[in-house]
Amino acid sequence: MSTDRFAIIAKAKKLLQQIGLELAFVDSVKENGVDGINDLIKQLEAVLDGTEPEPIISAMLAVRHWIDDRVAADNRLSAVSIARLGDWQPWMDAALMSWEYQLPYPALPEGWKVPTGAVKPAPAASASKATTPPEAVAASSSAAHAHPVATAAVAAEALPEQTVDVVPADSDTEMLQLFCAEAQDLLQDIEQGVLVLEENPTDSSSIDSLFRAFHTFKGNVGVMKLNVLQQLTHELESMLDAARRGTYKLGSDSITVILAGSDILKRFVAELSQQIGGVEAGRQIALPIPQLIRNVHALLAGESLPGAAPTVPAAAPPAPEPVAAAPAAIEAAPAHSAPAPAASAPAQGTHGEPSSGPAGFDEASFAAVFHQPEASAPQPELPFQPVAVAVEEPAPQPAAAARKAASSAAAAPTGPVIGTGIVRVDTLKLDGLIDLVGELVIAQSMVVQNPELKTISSAHLSRCLGQLRGITSDLQRTAMSLRMVPIRNTFQKMARLVRDLALQQGKEIQLNLEGEDTELDRNIVEELSDPLVHMIRNSADHGIEMPEVRVAAGKPSAGTITLRAFHQGGFIVIQIEDNGRGLSPKKILAKAIERGIVKPEETLDEREIFELIFAPGFSTAEKVTDLSGRGVGMDVVRRNIEKMRGKIEIDSIEGQGTTFTLYVPLTLAIIEGLLVGVGEQRYVIPTLSVRESFRPLPGMVTAVQGRGEVVSVRGRLTPILRLGRHLNTPHTADDPTKGIVVVVEAGQDSRCLLVDELIGKQEVVIKSLGDMFRNQTEFAGAAILGDGRVGLILDINALVKLKPKNNGEAA
Amino acid sequence: MRATSVQQQGHHQGQPVAQPGKYLTFTLSQESYGIPVLKVREIIRLCPITPVANMPEHVKGVINLRGKVIPLVDLRSKFCLPIAADNDRNCIVVTQIAATGGGTRLYGVIVDGVEEVANFTAADIEPTPDFGGAIDAMFITGMAKSGTTVKTLIDLDKISAVDGTIAIAALSSAATSPARK
Repeated sequence: MSTDRFAIIAKAKKLLQQIGLELAFVDSVKENGVDGINDLIKQLEAVLDGTEPEPIISAMLAVRHWIDDRVAADNRLSAVSIARLGDWQPWMDAALMSWEYQLPYPALPEGWKVPTGAVKPAPAASASKATTPPEAVAASSSAAHAHPVATAAVAAEALPEQTVDVVPADSDTEMLQLFCAEAQDLLQDIEQGVLVLEENPTDSSSIDSLFRAFHTFKGNVGVMKLNVLQQLTHELESMLDAARRGTYKLGSDSITVILAGSDILKRFVAELSQQIGGVEAGRQIALPIPQLIRNVHALLAGESLPGAAPTVPAAAPPAPEPVAAAPAAIEAAPAHSAPAPAASAPAQGTHGEPSSGPAGFDEASFAAVFHQPEASAPQPELPFQPVAVAVEEPAPQPAAAARKAASSAAAAPTGPVIGTGIVRVDTLKLDGLIDLVGELVIAQSMVVQNPELKTISSAHLSRCLGQLRGITSDLQRTAMSLRMVPIRNTFQKMARLVRDLALQQGKEIQLNLEGEDTELDRNIVEELSDPLVHMIRNSADHGIEMPEVRVAAGKPSAGTITLRAFHQGGFIVIQIEDNGRGLSPKKILAKAIERGIVKPEETLDEREIFELIFAPGFSTAEKVTDLSGRGVGMDVVRRNIEKMRGKIEIDSIEGQGTTFTLYVPLTLAIIEGLLVGVGEQRYVIPTLSVRESFRPLPGMVTAVQGRGEVVSVRGRLTPILRLGRHLNTPHTADDPTKGIVVVVEAGQDSRCLLVDELIGKQEVVIKSLGDMFRNQTEFAGAAILGDGRVGLILDINALVKLKPKNNGEAA
Repeated sequence: MRATSVQQQGHHQGQPVAQPGKYLTFTLSQESYGIPVLKVREIIRLCPITPVANMPEHVKGVINLRGKVIPLVDLRSKFCLPIAADNDRNCIVVTQIAATGGGTRLYGVIVDGVEEVANFTAADIEPTPDFGGAIDAMFITGMAKSGTTVKTLIDLDKISAVDGTIAIAALSSAATSPARK
């Protein structure tokens, strides 16, 4: 049953997404505009047919009535209708989520209420009460029901808190740290936005920024699979969205609710970052989320909150009561936790202080929440406190509190736990810093290699210079590492992809990840993601066979794809290895001939044949799936890899598997270059493109009539490109045998660049030439050389594709 | 060489008029020009220039300004003015101009010599006179009187946005030699 439910929900969500897309693109004046939506709604009905949650059924009924009305009217979607459906679609999404996780259902948007009376004015309250799963009620229920304010309306009755796993299963620390850092930034934005809103509740830019902050937060918790928080942020977001669109007016109640919501998030983040720091990892935290969600619903339904602000727990700063209540809770606590009154009391000072700093955390409530879990027992003399402090933590609280107090007191000198070590910095500043460090390194080498300085023979001076060199290179390494991130996240995305692909195609595929900790430049990691997706798809789709085929071939039925990253000689190597059917040179060649990519009479060696799969419009898949095989893919992969100055190689044994090897530079900011001289000018050729360089002997150079000069390099004729002539630079080596040819290659093309001299190999920091030079094609960028001059970096990809010019004519 | 000739119609309207304030004045082949001093980042001596192949003549190449690679334009060739041999008064004015994608970027211009930073009041600045189509007045924001001389105030943002050369010259040259098309 439960798997059924999840399958239905998954399907319904997909359809809803399509509905969302359709809504975004539908033309409001088009005839039959309703048809597309209607079609999707019908599919959704089919999927949801026979399901039980009442709110979903009534919402489906409502939308069906409405659609029928529209069809009967003029079969067009007006802008109003689109907006109306735009309310419904996110609601449905939220409702599906509620169903999936057994959460309270959100209230139907205004105007979608079913008139039949199935849902009463406070639908959320009743619905949530009915559907709140027993496990969420758990230990804190007694506290909730003993809530002393539960006097007036339904809404005043406190809902039980929701227990949340703080550290989601299968998450890694790094991601959590990033999440915390970002969350703290967002919470700060939220707080600032709220402060402005308090002054001026209609300030649209603050509403917008709050909305965006909650939206981003929602996305983040969604990624972390913190579904309960996702629901909470979703509710707050929808409230702000309504305010943004002018359908709801923010009042002081709603601002309090927003603040309370951000406090809940803050508590969560604080707890999370503590647990990352190793404090009581795995502990659950109870948060008054259902209560808050209900408050949001109540507000959206136009009710005011009974008892105003304080029904919402955890100290909305403008309301003085909760803050007062929290210390009271602390005072009350020792009565219950007799064994450790002394230990827990000092802890509030020591621990509260460092933690509250970065996040601006409300110290009192923090202490109340985390150090006094016992206070969850009813406290009749404290009218506003109970829900707030009902941290759900059973049995050995006093001991735990004491232990924790002791440990955090001990840990205090090591610095605040929140936001350990992560500072978010503008990338522009970072780039500026890295540029400056690059300059420093150059300036340093200018000083050290200064000829006048070399005449001074002083042991002291050379020691100082040595130290300077050491520090600058350390500094450079550190600056570079600022941009480095492990490739882990990218790899883990692939795990998901492989799983989906395997399911979709009925294959058994095992993905092994190796070297996830290999670090590379952020930009490269981003650029790598798409090519990797393509290649993994290729391996799963074309490489790995169906289980029957594999068994018949004597292989284990489950195929294996190994994704591996490691360093090799200044590059990061990424390998995608599968033990599937391998590439068939015969088939590839036949296909290439059929597609007219090669001529039948050409003879190619195996490597050249494999290279053919990178040709545009090439695909050997017998059937085209929606994943791969449409003939785009490998050529795009190659182009992307080359764009970041990397290269790609294939090894394959037919029947045993294929290995794709990507070589990508460590960073996009630095390349290793071969420095060549043409006359006075210095040019940088990326080393990765250089195959070899030599001084041609007379006889190696042949002028071919009308096709320019070629050099015979190991039996292959390679056209010469005279760099000096091509770039209109004065040059000395007019005779190729007096100069040096550098054989460069990009893809399948290669050229011999004729230069005057080789100067050396150097790592250079790449600088963009700027948009004044956007129309030139010869240079990929510029670099500051050791002598402080600017050297231009040749764009080898463009140069090798140049048609060889007639020898006689100057470029 | 292509000269960008811009039609004159309505160049007095809708065209930024020079604001009073401080201007850096410099010479280009005997004529005086001025740019708002706030656009000037710094003034440096001529330094080694790395030419970039296959670019128009007025694009001299790139220079290293303390680790930044910035393009260098010879305003004399950009304005089709005669170029005298380099002397020690020649220098590079590093300016900050609006980049196409938003923000600013650095842009070096070679000038014959830098004169002074002058404060022009509203009374000193006159709108661009009608040169009768001979020169591209849209790059001129006004004419400033300074003692007995007149300085042409130019708009570097617009000038840098044009790839080709510009027929621009001060009053006297416009009167004596019609600017090339």
